[in-house]
Amino acid sequence: MRALPVGDGALLVEVASDEEAQALHAELVRRRAAGLLTVHEIVPAARTVLLDGLDDAERLARELSASEVPGAPPRGRRVVDIPVRYDGPDLSEVAARWGVPEDEVAGIHAGTEFRVAFCGFAPGFGYLTGLPARYDVPRRATPRTSVPAGSVGLAGSYTGVYPRSSPGGWQLIGTTDIVLWDHARVPAALLSPGTRVRFVPVAGPAGPAGPAGVAAPAGVAAPAGTP
Amino acid sequence: MTDRALAVVRAGALTTVQDQGRPGHAHLGVPRSGALDASAAALANRLVGNRPDAAVLETTLDGCTLRSRSEVTVAVAGAPCPVTLDGRPVAWGAPVRMPAGALLDLGTAVSGVRSYLGVSGGIIVEPVLGSRSTDLLSGLGPPPLTDGAVLPLGTPQALLHARVDVAPQPAPPAELVLRVTLGPRDDWFTPDAVRAFTSRTYRVSSASNRIGLRTEGPALERALTGELPSEGMVLGAVQVPPDGRPLVFLADHPTTGGYPVIAVVRAADLPAAAQAVPGTPVRFVVVRRR
Repeated sequence: MRALPVGDGALLVEVASDEEAQALHAELVRRRAAGLLTVHEIVPAARTVLLDGLDDAERLARELSASEVPGAPPRGRRVVDIPVRYDGPDLSEVAARWGVPEDEVAGIHAGTEFRVAFCGFAPGFGYLTGLPARYDVPRRATPRTSVPAGSVGLAGSYTGVYPRSSPGGWQLIGTTDIVLWDHARVPAALLSPGTRVRFVPVAGPAGPAGPAGVAAPAGVAAPAGTP
Repeated sequence: MTDRALAVVRAGALTTVQDQGRPGHAHLGVPRSGALDASAAALANRLVGNRPDAAVLETTLDGCTLRSRSEVTVAVAGAPCPVTLDGRPVAWGAPVRMPAGALLDLGTAVSGVRSYLGVSGGIIVEPVLGSRSTDLLSGLGPPPLTDGAVLPLGTPQALLHARVDVAPQPAPPAELVLRVTLGPRDDWFTPDAVRAFTSRTYRVSSASNRIGLRTEGPALERALTGELPSEGMVLGAVQVPPDGRPLVFLADHPTTGGYPVIAVVRAADLPAAAQAVPGTPVRFVVVRRR
């Protein structure tokens, strides 16, 4: 575990894997809840956890660098079921990459228990891990200019659900009507880091999913990892 | 509709409602948002007797025009601009009494980019996650002002507004000097690139917005060419996208990103960054971590 200083009051704690990042995040959230850590934001990501708004970043950096990465993340209590119609336009491409018949994609995906590794890209967007590495798929070579809200996609080792209509390069395998983000709801985000997620296949016509939401702004260069 | 309200007569190029933003939700992908020149917004509130967390208007270059339905106290801070009430010039940077029905115009900024209009009672559009700020990255909060929109106002606090003729404010920068601490990903760049970053002069790009201050200047060459997994981003992070030109993250920045951050700008220098017009020279000066 390596703690890199970020500006004057933040630390970026680096670990070796997704799973370690999730475990470290859970441990830091626990410490904060127990009053052992004073920090404004705890932001998990792929291989890091960012701690922003620390009084004494240097002291915490020493402390963290000397401590062990927690082994595995605790099993979250919260489980969210997401009903999905497996009708995405990239279903056959994903099936080909997985080396399975098209109608087995739903079974593999829905048979996996996922965990929200981290959020980002848009309010309510969770990067979900759980699929074995052999099911990793690349992003589409050419991103779509518009992906409808509720689209269920895959990229790299992640699964995600677009909370609103936006441009996107993930491989789309299905659609859900569930609302991932509703700021009038408490909590607004259906998914937060650590939430367990199961996809439940449903039949039915593929219609436009959920509210169209707010379009993403133009002109923001998307890093390679973004949906 | 309450009779305490402002009617938008001319929205201007981009006028948004801003307060201190919605920090604390970055782990859900929610940007902090809030006034880009936080000190000017705080001054506008102080001048009209509001609490520091009251919502103000943030204009972009060409001001806006408003009509009040009730008598209010207003003050303009940030980028200096001509201010008129029913066509007559009134003070900038000082409290002004605005009678019911009067027309207030904030003209084009003489220097700087963003002017802030504080109104006694504050703007009380519906908050989202505890903030009334417009977030242009994720679309949270009220939409940018449009002609004909009506903004509800709160009841003025019992606070007295500041009694000043004009409040001194820092002039918008002729040259933007941004103090930075290097890292966390300066090791992703060649030593020459780090030297160029800290010694050459960049210029503010016209592609800058509330998400980031973009620059034009020497491209920074990477030492590591791999892909950086997405990681958490802080306010003031200097991210270097593939074009090699440093980009300083401002209030509406994304909460995670996959381009390496070469350095982080001191928070105290970000108000000046919010006021730097395109073409302004920018220098990044390395300081010791506190």
